[in-house]
Amino acid sequence: MYTQALDTHGKEPLPAGAGSSAALAQRFQERIDVEEKIEPKSWMPDAYRQTLIRQISQHAHSEIVGMLPEGNWITRAPTLRRKAVLIAKVQDEGGHGMYLYSAAETLGIARAEMIEQLLSGAARYSSIFNYPTLTWADVGAIGWLVDGAAIMNQIPICRCSYGPYARAMVRICKEESFHQRQGFEIMLTLAQGSAAQRAMAQDALQRWWWPSIMMFGPSDADSKHTAQSMRWKIKRFSNDELRQKFIDITVPQAQFLGLTIPDPALRWDEAAQHYLIGPIDWNEFHAVLAGHGPCNHERLEARRAAHEAGRWVREAAAAHAAKERSRQPQAA
Amino acid sequence: MSSDWPLFEVFIRSRSGLEHKHVGSVHAADARMAIEHARDVYTRRQEGVSLWVVRSADIVASDPEEADALFEPARDKVYRHPTFYAIPEEVKNL
Repeated sequence: MYTQALDTHGKEPLPAGAGSSAALAQRFQERIDVEEKIEPKSWMPDAYRQTLIRQISQHAHSEIVGMLPEGNWITRAPTLRRKAVLIAKVQDEGGHGMYLYSAAETLGIARAEMIEQLLSGAARYSSIFNYPTLTWADVGAIGWLVDGAAIMNQIPICRCSYGPYARAMVRICKEESFHQRQGFEIMLTLAQGSAAQRAMAQDALQRWWWPSIMMFGPSDADSKHTAQSMRWKIKRFSNDELRQKFIDITVPQAQFLGLTIPDPALRWDEAAQHYLIGPIDWNEFHAVLAGHGPCNHERLEARRAAHEAGRWVREAAAAHAAKERSRQPQAA
Repeated sequence: MSSDWPLFEVFIRSRSGLEHKHVGSVHAADARMAIEHARDVYTRRQEGVSLWVVRSADIVASDPEEADALFEPARDKVYRHPTFYAIPEEVKNL
């Protein structure tokens, strides 16, 4: 069951003969090793719970903040079809945030607390959403590259050891596929259009390529959490492995579009059977993560304003529900 | 920190003839709003023809730590399955 309330019932009684936490921890790891899913009421080490709360809530925040860069173009989409598609996509991102908050809540954290962490700036979200969407082509580049990288990251999480997270990811991955395809279609239309449209598509690729590559996180050598997350089967592939997969499938797509990836060092390595990229500017990555990206401030301000503007609606709905309950004490 | 609306578990009947299946949860001020939120969050692609929402606090669940004891009575009763009985091959329609 997906509830925080239920979760609190199940933790107290320990099974006979497994009194020590070392024995519990060992049995927990054995369950993970044989690919058994961990469910909300199952015993789990506190570090596993905290890791998942952090990861799932950050993931949820990313979906919510991710609505902003694209939402910026809803009123200016070039056709009614593009507009309807973009609205549906942004709505999906909101829905994905909801699935993920709901999954995180099963671990014992309240939704309001997670929202508070986002709005206070205490929680992180994907650094990609701190870049601006300057032209319509950016909407195409986001769908193609950002959603493409997200899918690459998310597909292995469908097999995550924590049941509610894995199930939320299955639903999300099914829906993301349309996001990526609509983005590529926008890029294709621009790439086959006028010289100005091609230039716009190239400019978007120019600005979104490296931030997309950075979406996979620090290189394996610098990744703090990878080893433990792999043991717990929260993570199945390392950052660099996923990044390489993304590069290998995306370079031919850029070639098909006739666009140039902004990396003079990019080359096909026949022996390795991989595309090799030039060095990643990790200073930029860490700066954006630390709050110094072009839009960090603007994104959080937009979320805070939305939260405040909606406050009276939340309060009115709660007051209405309370009044209805007092009128009909028998009704649910 | 503001407090959350109550939590509701959401169940969807994906098409007529099938049972309702648990899909997740939503927060809502009341049951009617829970149905509307469940529709927006879980059926954007015609995933269902019917929705149930139940207050999460009203669900009683078995304890996974006691699963062994709870389900033990069925464990030694393999004779409840048809494959327990050896029937000669030439006997048909059994």
